[in-house]
Amino acid sequence: VTDARLLTRVLTDPAASGALDAAGWTALIGQARGEMLIGTLAHRLAGLPMPGAVAAILEAARDAAEEGRARALWEAEMARRALVPLGCRVVLLKGTAFVAAGLDAGRGRSIGDLDILVPQEALDAVEAALLAAGWEWVKPDPYDDAYYRQWMHELPPLIHRERDRMIDVHHTILPPTARITPDASLLLADAVPLGNGLATLMPEDMVIHAAAHLFADGDLSGGLRNLWDIDRLCREFAEAQDDFYLSLIEKSCEHGLLRETMRALRLAKHLFGTPVKAYGGPLRARFDDYRSDALYRRRLLARDGWGRATRPVTRFGFYVRSHAIRMPPALLARHLWIKWRRG
Amino acid sequence: MRHQFAVRIGPVGFRIGSDWRAPITALRDLYADYPPPRDGIADFAVRLEAKRVWRRFVRPSVEIAGDYMLPDAAPLPLRHGLLAAEMGMNLQMALGQRRYLLLHAATVERDGRALVMTGESGAGKSTLAALLSARGWRLMGDEFALLDPATGLIHAFPRLVSLKNAAIGVVERALPTARFGPLMAATPKGDIRHMVPGLAAVTAMETPAIPALLLFPRFGFAAAERGVGAGEAFVRLTQASTNYTSLRERGFDALTRFVTTVPMAAIDYPDTDTGLAMVEHLWASL
Repeated sequence: VTDARLLTRVLTDPAASGALDAAGWTALIGQARGEMLIGTLAHRLAGLPMPGAVAAILEAARDAAEEGRARALWEAEMARRALVPLGCRVVLLKGTAFVAAGLDAGRGRSIGDLDILVPQEALDAVEAALLAAGWEWVKPDPYDDAYYRQWMHELPPLIHRERDRMIDVHHTILPPTARITPDASLLLADAVPLGNGLATLMPEDMVIHAAAHLFADGDLSGGLRNLWDIDRLCREFAEAQDDFYLSLIEKSCEHGLLRETMRALRLAKHLFGTPVKAYGGPLRARFDDYRSDALYRRRLLARDGWGRATRPVTRFGFYVRSHAIRMPPALLARHLWIKWRRG
Repeated sequence: MRHQFAVRIGPVGFRIGSDWRAPITALRDLYADYPPPRDGIADFAVRLEAKRVWRRFVRPSVEIAGDYMLPDAAPLPLRHGLLAAEMGMNLQMALGQRRYLLLHAATVERDGRALVMTGESGAGKSTLAALLSARGWRLMGDEFALLDPATGLIHAFPRLVSLKNAAIGVVERALPTARFGPLMAATPKGDIRHMVPGLAAVTAMETPAIPALLLFPRFGFAAAERGVGAGEAFVRLTQASTNYTSLRERGFDALTRFVTTVPMAAIDYPDTDTGLAMVEHLWASL
């Protein structure tokens, strides 16, 4: 097994697992663990015939995902108690938002840190409230701290001293140094209240944020899971809302993220069969492959049956790209120089 | 991967992949009597990798990777490759096992009943278990006791017994016919030599046992014995379990049942002969 096609194929069409032999199952499980999609796979295959050894592994994976879900929701509740008295909008992002809103994308999903979005003008108050409630700085390094505060779209990461869980406090969804600057006030204004003082992004913005995270920030690590999120979100939202894709495209233009959103939809369609809808009017939206999509797929699928990261050259290319798109060259040079000097 | 080996230890299947031949040859040899994973599908993968391609050849150093990893695990030199494999397997259990409550303990069995010995590194768990296996007990494991939350039974996990420093000579003398792995000198944990559990331990490894006695042994102190309350045992076992919190309510219930039904004692012993006599005496007076 040379790439994660096996995993994308079985996630898309669980019945395809019926043809797997022992080596196939082993590779599938290795890839799913490597891409942090094992809980998702376990939910997709629940109830289908499979060898006893696989059933036991997937049962454990569902249990782990359920534990992760409970922990994520508890962490959100802890943040809620600390922040609601401030009266500012607090928006859950990514995995925690998916499980808090009961979305299909949250089923079996592994969830790491708690990510929240707050208004930039509330940052100081949020920071003070979190510190008072038991969160502490992870990186006490003055350069890193100053770097985060001046150039990043989030506070330096905080960790809770008793629960040992991280919180990332964002004031927008991309670094201010990136070429694209989404409209954070619009994200906050359109957010959907959960009824307990917290909120999630509106459906379109959830997809756009996932696309921005995938293609305008970072080196595509964990990209397959992000793309799976996009597939699940789109399927669920398009079911509930006619012309969801039209509204999604429109919204992505407002945030300057049309290119990233379209790429996400094309790749999701290609790898997960997302039923995207093409339009001829009022605007033209096509989902035919771009030539560069193949390169992105090459990176997204770079995982072998032992769970190892493969294709080091492609990975390095995207790593370099992640820095290039995040900051202008002079700032990047200065940053790398300082980082290199400190080893 | 270039070289690979798959094995089942108790109820758990492993596959070990390696960039080098040597650790796999050693594993094949020492685990020769063990069956393959159930259905041919391993629960966990361990990878022994060279960090850079050239480090396969130049000062080869083994990075321990796998399904579950620690972010800053120190690599080991290739001559300690077998230790790296064993550490990798233990790590998968510690971080990934969710079917059984893991207790950091050595276990031996007699007449279907298990003696579980827990304690910090250096307490003499592995040594006592190995020596008891020479006296008619079945070795169930020297690292993890697998407590099944559904049944309250202990399942065997008879991986290679990891003997350290002075314990190596003691066990070699007590079990002259046992098979041993290579002596690995000056590892981060001192000198290490693995002992292969006897064939009896492997053929019976599917058979669980009813926990009958829990001991907290401590080596290097004047002989003493004291009772242990359920509360103390509970707290010490939560500290001796890597997955107690992740099992949540199942873990709490299993552990509560364990400490409220199994007799317990703490023993200090100055030397292994005294320790063995104390264990046998406690067992006889159950």
